Amino acid sequence: MSAVHGANPLRDAADRRLPRIAGPSGLVIFGVTGDLSRKKLMPAVYDLANRGLLPPGFSLIGFARREWQDEDFAQEVHDAVEQHARTPFREEVWQQLIQGMRFVQGDFDDDDAFEQLKDTIEELDKAQGTGGNFAFYLSVPPKFFPKVVQQLKKHGLADQKDGSWRRAVIEKPFGHDLVSAKELNEVVHEVFPPNEVFRIDHYLGKETVQNILALRFANTLFEPIWNRSYVDHVQITMAEDIGIGGRAGYYDGIGAARDVIQNHLLQLLALTAMEEPASFDADALAAEKTKVLGAVKLPKDLGKSTVRGQYAAGWQGGAKAVGYLQEDGIDPQSKTDTYAAIKLEIDNRRWAGVPFYLRTGKRLGRRVTEIAVVFQRAPHSPFDSTATEELGRNAIVIRVQPDEGVTVRFGSKVPGTQMEIRDVSMDFAYGESFTESSPEAYERLILDVLLGDSNLFPRVEEVELSWKILDPIEQFWDKHGKPAQYQSGTWGPVEADEMLARDGRSWRRP
Amino acid sequence: MKTDLTDTTSSKINKALVLGRRAIGTPAVGMVLTLVIVTDEENAYDALKAANEASREHPSRTLVVIKRVSRSPRDRSKARLDAEVRLGADASTGETVVLRLYGEVGDHAQSVVLPLLLPDAPVVVWWPVNSPTDPAKDPLGALAQRRVTDTYAAEQPIHELTARADAYTPGDTDLAWTRITPWRSMLAAALDQVVCEVTSAEVEGEEFNPSVELLAMWLAERLNIPVRRSASTGPGLTSVRMETSSGPIVLDRPDGSLATLSIQGQPDRAVALKRRDTAELIAEELRRLDPDDTYATALKFGLERLDEEAAVTAPEVVVETVAETVVESAAPAAPAAKPAAKKAPAKKAAAK
Repeated sequence: MSAVHGANPLRDAADRRLPRIAGPSGLVIFGVTGDLSRKKLMPAVYDLANRGLLPPGFSLIGFARREWQDEDFAQEVHDAVEQHARTPFREEVWQQLIQGMRFVQGDFDDDDAFEQLKDTIEELDKAQGTGGNFAFYLSVPPKFFPKVVQQLKKHGLADQKDGSWRRAVIEKPFGHDLVSAKELNEVVHEVFPPNEVFRIDHYLGKETVQNILALRFANTLFEPIWNRSYVDHVQITMAEDIGIGGRAGYYDGIGAARDVIQNHLLQLLALTAMEEPASFDADALAAEKTKVLGAVKLPKDLGKSTVRGQYAAGWQGGAKAVGYLQEDGIDPQSKTDTYAAIKLEIDNRRWAGVPFYLRTGKRLGRRVTEIAVVFQRAPHSPFDSTATEELGRNAIVIRVQPDEGVTVRFGSKVPGTQMEIRDVSMDFAYGESFTESSPEAYERLILDVLLGDSNLFPRVEEVELSWKILDPIEQFWDKHGKPAQYQSGTWGPVEADEMLARDGRSWRRP
Repeated sequence: MKTDLTDTTSSKINKALVLGRRAIGTPAVGMVLTLVIVTDEENAYDALKAANEASREHPSRTLVVIKRVSRSPRDRSKARLDAEVRLGADASTGETVVLRLYGEVGDHAQSVVLPLLLPDAPVVVWWPVNSPTDPAKDPLGALAQRRVTDTYAAEQPIHELTARADAYTPGDTDLAWTRITPWRSMLAAALDQVVCEVTSAEVEGEEFNPSVELLAMWLAERLNIPVRRSASTGPGLTSVRMETSSGPIVLDRPDGSLATLSIQGQPDRAVALKRRDTAELIAEELRRLDPDDTYATALKFGLERLDEEAAVTAPEVVVETVAETVVESAAPAAPAAKPAAKKAPAKKAAAK
């Protein structure tokens, strides 16, 4: 019952109207009552169905402790879809989806529940024709990963039978340091082969992130200057305006660097700095990303080239905000970082001597993620210094979110009789040139899991290399000093500004 | 905002566009293409509405070319161009210029349109009704990379299909073809699920709907099988039945919205297959601007060949019989052929 696309005479590579529809398959979500599942996964499944990208008979199984019937589950999905789906609600799409919706109630150590899950899957294979192809989405805290994975193995749910597949989808965090990451990988790979494990870094599902590759490798305009001869430095920022909210239990002891830099920012760095891959397939991409992550070098003096901070009480966007240490459930002595800025260098011919500044934080000025490639000043200027006083450095800014797009900053003459040159922006906004709502990251990623396309998923090696970069910094922080305090609603601690000032640079205000 | 220009020229229209953009404070817009709609006054409103909705996905400069009918010799000898420039909230995400051509200038519409095209951006011409027989040779069509026609809105849809096939130039496309994308994708998905050999097929849909013919020709061409057509009361396409080596595969949509996919040995499944409105069709059409080769091959397969091949294999296989294997012998040239494309077309304009 395998779906071999090559054998299907109705499929033709030249026929580009036909969308990539996933083959017969189903999705099992563990922790289906959680926020991620309600706000992102369920709406994404609906949006995919609405766009006609799910196979007929696609099935969705929810697994959680809640005492629900199939109908309650369907109602829950219905509400989640109505609230959070990107595309309008359409009854006929819903009718298609609801036929394959099941709920299995149980704990993760409940053998009966997993037997029931097995029965449900077999029943769906018969009733919906899912062909034994199921992806298990572990939307649960990482401490449950080993348990769930073991249970799947014990009940034969992870067996790759002839022609059908079983896949595991896991969310960050992938461990909290190199050792724990390796342990986690061992646990998962013992049950699922490496090529059937999909690690979700939802940033990679974003159109703008995929566009980094298009921008760099489909154009001739940028690549010739994308190196140390022209680039002065690169700033990668991911700022949030919210605090830790209700995630105290998860966040304390983890901190911004492990939560964001290890995965999102280092992935963005890899895409920005990597060499051109031989092709756009998963192996070639992973090879280049691994290469560049392997070439990342930490500065010698970690005290001078890293900064961590904690938000203090203040006003954020007109609302009063408490400090991190005053948040519910946080130890007042906590040394957890809510802001982290680090300087990295990449030891290869293209980037030698070009610093990459990575920063992330909570309760900063506004929510924004961007990559700014800042260029060197012109080596010689025929204009006198008063004319170029207001001229900054040229920059290409990839705005990842919100207001996705690309900005190019360069100098232009101010109209008038005097020669005066000032910075202007040339803007490309996704919202302007393309569809007003591009697919959500999770839509793309779930579809890719069902199709078995692993282009946009970080691999084991990438995860481990990222920990190798971050571990020494975390160890240094453990031993030396404590986080600097910064007022909520500002752009981070002064120490971070000083860090760049020492290099004769300054942070962009994103 | 809206600016009315009477007895004007393209350069004055261009000036009005620049002034208008300054006035509303959005000088730079990332428009990706120019969409030229060639229509009459009667269809202009609906077409423009659809185009504006589609422009949410493809911000564009939309030029509506309306040729006004001159009713007296005096009118005919006078040439006049009126324009309505719409920007901002009045034009969805792009810019819209409605051009009304009176008298002689109506024969030289391309001279009005050419200066108004966006620099460097692709041009798409869409005729919602009354499309020229050879779109690529049409003076307006010649300006475009992509020429969108709609045989569904034609007086003689089936006859029109043959004419389209004869005149086909890369870049031509037909909304009747766009309409069947969800069907094609669902049928392809069905064949993903079973490994089998398709031996024959039947496409059923309302009369005078060229989508039936296009889908049948696509199936016949891709699968190399005889495909019969039959008429139903609609709406649109109602059913496709494929006889295969592992039993029939039927995709049935009686109500124009929710379809049932039946595969032998598998349970029936509901699939959403809603008829889409014109805005969605145009949005799909604008997504890719390169020639649609699959359309070309399906179109060029030819209705005659479709009828011939359908007639060769026993056409009296009625719906209920499960033909296990239709013997592919050319010998019994059954004369009892009852192809769907019968009779001369009636008058009902199948448009909306």
